[in-house]
Amino acid sequence: MRAVITVIGKDMVGILAKVAADCSEHNINVLEVTQSILQDMFAMIMMVDISKSDIPFTKFAEMLQKRGEEMGLSIHAMHEDIFNAMHTI
Amino acid sequence: MLNARDILETITMIQDEHLDVRTITMGISLLDCCHSDVDVMCNRVYDKITRYAKDLVRTGEEIEKEFGIPIINKRISVTPAAMILAACEDKDAVKLAKTLERAAVTCGVNFLGGFSALVQKGFGPGDRELIEAIPEALSVTDHICSSVNIGSTKAGINMDAVGLMGKVVRKSAELTADRDCIGPAKLVVFCNAPEDNPFMAGAFHGAGEPDCVINVGVSGPGVVRAALAKAGDCDLTAVADLIKKTAFKITRMGQLVASEASRRLGVPFGIVDLSLAPTPAIGDSVAHILEEMGLECCGCHGTTAALALLNDAVKKGGVMASSHVGGLSGAFIPVTEDAGMIDAARCGCLTLNKLEAMTAVCSVGLDMINIPGDTPAEVISAIIADEAAIGMVNSKTTAVRVIPAIGKQVGEELSFGGLLGSGPVMPLSTYSPAKFISRGGRIPAPMQSLKN
Repeated sequence: MRAVITVIGKDMVGILAKVAADCSEHNINVLEVTQSILQDMFAMIMMVDISKSDIPFTKFAEMLQKRGEEMGLSIHAMHEDIFNAMHTI
Repeated sequence: MLNARDILETITMIQDEHLDVRTITMGISLLDCCHSDVDVMCNRVYDKITRYAKDLVRTGEEIEKEFGIPIINKRISVTPAAMILAACEDKDAVKLAKTLERAAVTCGVNFLGGFSALVQKGFGPGDRELIEAIPEALSVTDHICSSVNIGSTKAGINMDAVGLMGKVVRKSAELTADRDCIGPAKLVVFCNAPEDNPFMAGAFHGAGEPDCVINVGVSGPGVVRAALAKAGDCDLTAVADLIKKTAFKITRMGQLVASEASRRLGVPFGIVDLSLAPTPAIGDSVAHILEEMGLECCGCHGTTAALALLNDAVKKGGVMASSHVGGLSGAFIPVTEDAGMIDAARCGCLTLNKLEAMTAVCSVGLDMINIPGDTPAEVISAIIADEAAIGMVNSKTTAVRVIPAIGKQVGEELSFGGLLGSGPVMPLSTYSPAKFISRGGRIPAPMQSLKN
């Protein structure tokens, strides 16, 4: 099962490192990372494999959201299916 | 492979444009709960609902967290209560309403719909008892929604029921006058009621439905408005195309939630209702879509045409996105639940006459409209008759949900809180239809050919 993590906010040192560390801590494999600056905002999108994760996905999503609040960023982890459903026929 | 723009578009829709799934509604048949003893029947009803829907709220919340989509309401709809009440010797409808309320509270759902009767051609056993109990039932419960179908294209309009419903709406308001007359906000009078509608207050589980089913209602007026704002100056062909594309995306999300909920609960998937359902929150308004199309204020000339375009494009876009579409499907125009409609009604641009015209092209009818507290019952009946006639002749669902603001006059406001919102009392014609309504009888079903 794959999920998409999005990080949106002001660019700063260590965003990728911290999110990747959270993934690694829970045995979540990072498959792909893209990042760009959109309208002065930092936007990072991570595709991850959560099939071997050691915590339920909803817990992980909550944890990342909290991490985002600490860093002043908006972080969401959502199931890949929602994006596939909406953008592919 | 997903691209970054698509992913960010979805996130923006949810975060900034109020995209949500409005409701997961579990339809439950109560036909097998019938018993001649009302107490035995009530026990069966309570047991069946709480057994079938025990995981509904939890499952909804899990899907919400996993997929990152807000699911605002988890609801239950049941077989029209008058049908099962028919079997009882003592037709104590209020007792049944209290039982339904208890079941709704146990399951933790936001609303339970189906305190309903279908009387388009006449009253069967239990129908009159149920309808007469509606005012009390709505005043002693918080989660129960009621609806009565008084007409259809095939059957015509039952004017005896229309006359009765005027009194019922008024009495429901009187009994809840101390709570901003919330009673009639939970009561819908239908013509051509759909049997699989997941939206309240008109949801019920029709007799042709399976034992248990999951129906999902999507929303997303804010997303459509934002898409139109980004598109800038384009012609109406492009506007319609853009609405279709947006409705497709919104509905795909609804379809995903519906199939996921159906799989996890082990209950068949019924339909997705492709509705644009507004909320009082800023940025979640159908009126603002119409204004984005180029109207100075919702209710001005051109509003009916703009709404017709919107309603049709939403359906066209949504139909391909879902395997089964049903319910009301279209654009809702509930006045007190829509920030733009509330403003338009306050400034006097949006009138009841214009709303009536709009209902000929929108998906429902005169919805959440506050009317003066001294409005006689026969005037409410006449409003219902007018609206039912539009639905009957045009083969579409129409409905009336008006709230007599007891003790208040035009310009004063009622506030219900939550999704039901607030709004000004709107003026009505003061000339009397009393004689017409008191005649009773039936308006015959209309011709289905020679259409002009």
